Amino acid sequence: MKTIKLILFFLVLIPCVAGAQPVTDLLKKVKARLEKVNDYEATGKMKTDVVFLKIPVSNIKSYYKKPNRFKLTRQNGVSLLPKGGVSVNLGSLLLTDDYSTIDAGYSTVNGKKARVVKLLPVSEQTDVVLTTLYIDEAALVILRSNTTTKENGTYEMEMYYGKYTEWGLPDKVIFSFNTKDYKLPKGITLEYDDGTKSADLPKNKKGKVEITYSSYIINKGVSDALLK
Amino acid sequence: MQTIIRVNHLSKTFGDFTAVNDLSFSVQEGNVYGFLGQNGAGKSTTIRMLLTLIRPTAGEIELFGYNLYSHRKEILRNIGAVIERPDLYKYLSGFENLSLFAKMSGVHLKRSQLMDQLELVGIANRSADKVKTYSQGMKQRLGLAIALVHNPQLIVLDEPTNGLDPQGIADMRNLILMLSRKMKKTVFVSSHLLSEVEQVANRMLIIDKGKKLVEGTVADLFAPDETIVHIKTVDTQSCRLVLAESSYGERIQEVHANELTVKIRREEVPELTAFLVGKNVPVLGIAARHSLEDYFLKITSSNQHVEAFTN
Amino acid sequence: MWKLLQIEVFKIFKRPRTYIAFIAIWAIVTLIQVAIYADGAKYMDFVLRDVRESFDIIGRPLNGYFVCFVILQTLLIHVPLLVALVSADMIAGEANMGTLRLLITKPISRTKLLLSKFLASSVYVLLLLVWIAVTGLFLSMAIFGTDGLINAKSYEIIIINGNDVFWRYLLAFCFAALALITVAALGFFFSIFAENSLGPIVATMSVVIVFTILTTLDIPLFQSMKHFFFTSHMIAWKGFFEMKTDAEGIAIPGTIRNLPAILKSAGVLLLHIVLLVGGAITIFNRKDVLS
Repeated sequence: MKTIKLILFFLVLIPCVAGAQPVTDLLKKVKARLEKVNDYEATGKMKTDVVFLKIPVSNIKSYYKKPNRFKLTRQNGVSLLPKGGVSVNLGSLLLTDDYSTIDAGYSTVNGKKARVVKLLPVSEQTDVVLTTLYIDEAALVILRSNTTTKENGTYEMEMYYGKYTEWGLPDKVIFSFNTKDYKLPKGITLEYDDGTKSADLPKNKKGKVEITYSSYIINKGVSDALLK
Repeated sequence: MQTIIRVNHLSKTFGDFTAVNDLSFSVQEGNVYGFLGQNGAGKSTTIRMLLTLIRPTAGEIELFGYNLYSHRKEILRNIGAVIERPDLYKYLSGFENLSLFAKMSGVHLKRSQLMDQLELVGIANRSADKVKTYSQGMKQRLGLAIALVHNPQLIVLDEPTNGLDPQGIADMRNLILMLSRKMKKTVFVSSHLLSEVEQVANRMLIIDKGKKLVEGTVADLFAPDETIVHIKTVDTQSCRLVLAESSYGERIQEVHANELTVKIRREEVPELTAFLVGKNVPVLGIAARHSLEDYFLKITSSNQHVEAFTN
Repeated sequence: MWKLLQIEVFKIFKRPRTYIAFIAIWAIVTLIQVAIYADGAKYMDFVLRDVRESFDIIGRPLNGYFVCFVILQTLLIHVPLLVALVSADMIAGEANMGTLRLLITKPISRTKLLLSKFLASSVYVLLLLVWIAVTGLFLSMAIFGTDGLINAKSYEIIIINGNDVFWRYLLAFCFAALALITVAALGFFFSIFAENSLGPIVATMSVVIVFTILTTLDIPLFQSMKHFFFTSHMIAWKGFFEMKTDAEGIAIPGTIRNLPAILKSAGVLLLHIVLLVGGAITIFNRKDVLS
């Protein structure tokens, strides 16, 4: 799952990579918008849709501090989060490395026109094969990112913007990912069989985590204790 | 006088085995009724039927004039019983045992009243000790206290002297007499020892192999003209001839290889002894027993019984 | 009846063996608590090994609720032995001591006597559960705090909000009471046939163990039969720790996934209790007491 973190690195790299002029400019502008945010505290709801996970919609709070510190807490309980995935914060991606960008023209994301930029890692070592970004040129925000890895399938993030567009912060983030099968021996769980059958659970269905932020408190300072 | 127990044609079979066979008897109020028989004769089975522990295969039981099974509760409220060994809750104290069974018998006594009961049977000073520390005699006394605690009209005692030392047996005898004479209770007491029953009972029944053998008042059963004299001699024939020529001739009962028996009145025994000596009969020994003892001895064979009768 | 019940409960709690159960439970609970306190993270890793790679856990999964879940899961396999220890002794023990015949010669119907004895063993079961609740739930809550509960099943992981757990435990304990009273009824039933308590205790445990194994074995033949084993209904308390899901598969707090199934299991257990106790009373009423 390190791959997910690598996706983040890709996003960071965007402005630095040499390529078609308009794409580089676009990435720079997107990055500049994100850099306005030093810290934030966001309140929202998280919905986890993974075939083998039964988690209620939960109230969450997420905290961010530049450059890349991020923490998500859930009220009233425990939760499982796809590693790195939900903690994606576009503003935290400020690293550089050697990747090349490809201008892939235009596409539409949820009815919106988007510039498609593909990022290819130069290094052979990484798990990431390809990351594709869909950027709203007018709003200067990333609408979607797709990452293909060698071992862990494909990840997708979709961002929806509203009130906080000018900070580049989404109102809603949907993170889709591949899940492994989950199974424990019944001898360990001593299962109660209430007739609800498990067999009809689809295998290898994509997992989805959806976070809807209701508010952000931006650049008002976030205590380090909260980020621990 | 009320009939306390009336048993009509009572039978109990366990598979092929008949434990009690067409038994009928009745016990009147105020009696100490001895229920006699060797081990396995059917005494315990009968007593268990009287106490609803066992259901009869056939026959009827009436207690205090009511059918036992239709008036079980009312009847049992009026019975106190000690069945064989008085098995009690060993992990409870004597007082706790008594209090618990008093409640189950439907009486609610104060602590002092319960202590009085323990006093009566002489174990008040050990009332707080756990029953597991009691001797057999003490357990027997506590069992009696439990049987008496609800002031029942009828006391049923199944082999009450089993396992007691001579002092304990004497105490038990006195207690039974006290129950009858002072407290006016009806007592139904079973035993395999004739001597024991004879000393306390005014009526008795002898049972063998589940059947009634004999029943009546102790006075009638031990009538003085029913003494059997066993004469041991080296020459049975000459002894028989001597006796046949005398007035004892008609009273010869049995003749064996070196013993013969004569049935006479008890007071005639010294006379008979002198007569035989006078006629130079080589007598090895003379033993006189009441015919009931003799009879009972025949149906019982263990040494224990012989001892009891010869004592 | 009330007086009889008091007497029977008094007898149970005057016996040293009664307290073995309470000590055993306390010991098992403490062992589990210590183990989780010291090594809980490893246990959690094992349970969540398939998801550990791809998921981060937020919150405190090793909290009092989780500890109690583990305790209940472990104890409810062992507690039947402790229940049998007392319930299978109720009649057989008295027969062995010889006190049974004295009881029966008291002016109390055998039915009432047996009912009071059965109710007394149920009181014992309830007190055992209160003890489990005190040591396993409340003490664990005090030591480990509370948070959401992870219920790892064989094919899914259910995560219940921290404020949505406690009432489920109350219901689960009620259900566990029913399950253990069923074991008590079984022991009680066997108890009327024996004149010492070892036989009925062993018989009760054998039935519980064999049925549990058959329930747990993932063999199709047994799987189809398992609804006939009361042991598979005994674990229905776990059903309280599952939630309904909406159309998108998102769990809805405050709901129970399949309450009818749990109620059906409760009904099956209740039926067992009625049949076993009713059977015991019927047979005992006709039985000759020879001990």
